[in-house]
Amino acid sequence: MSITGPILIVGAGQAAVQTAEALRAGGFEGPVTLLGDEPHGPYHRPPLSKAWMAGEMDAAQLVMRAPEMLARKNIGLHTGTRVTAIDRTAKHVTLSDGTTLPYAGLVLATGATPRALPLPGGNAQGVYALRSRDDASAIAERMAVCIERQLPVVVIGGGFIGLEVASTARKKGLTVTVLEAAPRLLGRVLAPMLSDWYAELHRGHGVQLVLGAQIAEIITDHEGQATGVRLQDGTLYPAGLVVVGIGVNANDELARAAGLACERGIVVDACGRTSDPSIVAAGDCTARRLADGSLLRLESVQNATEQGKSAAAALLGQERPFTATPWFWSDQYDKKLQMAGLSMGAEHWAVRGDISSGSFTVYHYKGDKLLAADSINASRDHLQARKLLDAGVSPTPQQAGDAGFDLNSLLPR
Amino acid sequence: MANITYVEANGQSTTVNLPDGWSLMQGATTNGIDGIIGECGGSCACATCHCYVEESRLGDIPPASENELAMLENVADERRPNSRLACQIKASPKLEGLIISLPACQE
Repeated sequence: MSITGPILIVGAGQAAVQTAEALRAGGFEGPVTLLGDEPHGPYHRPPLSKAWMAGEMDAAQLVMRAPEMLARKNIGLHTGTRVTAIDRTAKHVTLSDGTTLPYAGLVLATGATPRALPLPGGNAQGVYALRSRDDASAIAERMAVCIERQLPVVVIGGGFIGLEVASTARKKGLTVTVLEAAPRLLGRVLAPMLSDWYAELHRGHGVQLVLGAQIAEIITDHEGQATGVRLQDGTLYPAGLVVVGIGVNANDELARAAGLACERGIVVDACGRTSDPSIVAAGDCTARRLADGSLLRLESVQNATEQGKSAAAALLGQERPFTATPWFWSDQYDKKLQMAGLSMGAEHWAVRGDISSGSFTVYHYKGDKLLAADSINASRDHLQARKLLDAGVSPTPQQAGDAGFDLNSLLPR
Repeated sequence: MANITYVEANGQSTTVNLPDGWSLMQGATTNGIDGIIGECGGSCACATCHCYVEESRLGDIPPASENELAMLENVADERRPNSRLACQIKASPKLEGLIISLPACQE
């Protein structure tokens, strides 16, 4: 084992908790401490845009690991604690109150921050981004006000966060408009036919969808409260609540200031190692260097847990590269999207199942190679696709598109 | 409310009083019971809250959805006829006294 001294983990989210538990599972017996800047201990983020915002869960149900569970594993937890600097020579971090804490190994699991809308009114009252439990609670409170006063909701950004919030708002009976700058929803991650399908899904649930929307400003009343969103063509969408979901930036400032290699995130290898051998990083804050030299940024639960395990192993002097097929999911209305693989660069697609039935899978191809599969209410297809992609097996598009063909028969025995 | 007993793979047994509507996954993770991970937060998307339900009580629990059945095909440990995902089972008075066993591995 390469480290015996204290390991500090900056962050208390999914990647941070996973790293801490993987250190214990790997036999590390020294001090492990989570330093979280939120007032809450570790909690699940995925339900924030859905069940939590809908008021279907209480705070205790959102908890990822109870304090006694962390205590049982001798994992320290400091909440409301912000790390302001890393001294790599002295090997200590500085907290916002000036305290310094020494480390033998340091884990950066600092997450990401939603991008602010760089337009007039972008910081007005009633304009929210969604990242934390407190953000989600504030949005839910404002939704309650909108219900009472019959005010509409405007969502800026037709990505996963925006569409999940739109779905939750519609379930509450709110009037919802989604403004998306691109010509289609989820354009960077989904095949065009799935973008169209999502557009129909949301329209079918009563969402007003505006594609190619060029926003000019958020307008406010004399008290600075947002009252609507104006497009460049002059169209005005009144709003009692504006939710902005236009992507995130990796929280790499701390690493950057300490001189670690950063490029749209903290640059790590497949094992979560940064450019400093005593420092690893995991989760949304990272940009992973792939074998071909390109950088991959993923924001997902799986990325956080896999990189957490890799990062813990790296600190313990072991190689545990993250090589599994990336996967992701999104719940909107009664539809579960499950994605496997990375579809960037896809040239053509095959569809298994009937799109109109609401249960189907889209397979992404580049030449003969299967890149990814996106399943709607088709978990079996999704899990099978993960196995195919993990094994590097590409069915022909004809096989993928033939629901009668057993794709499992292509897997190595 | 229901008292649910979790038996971990090492034999350790813990009984938890769960409010109605709580999932058995939430009951485990918030009460410090190892052996259930619940990576996805209860979205039926990760299959890391696999459990074995007492055979005689299976009838007290609504049957698994298509989605859950598909996820169960991919659990890390042995799948048995009484395999379920703990995130999909909600506490109610009907489940009083239920015992679930946890597999040795979840991933």
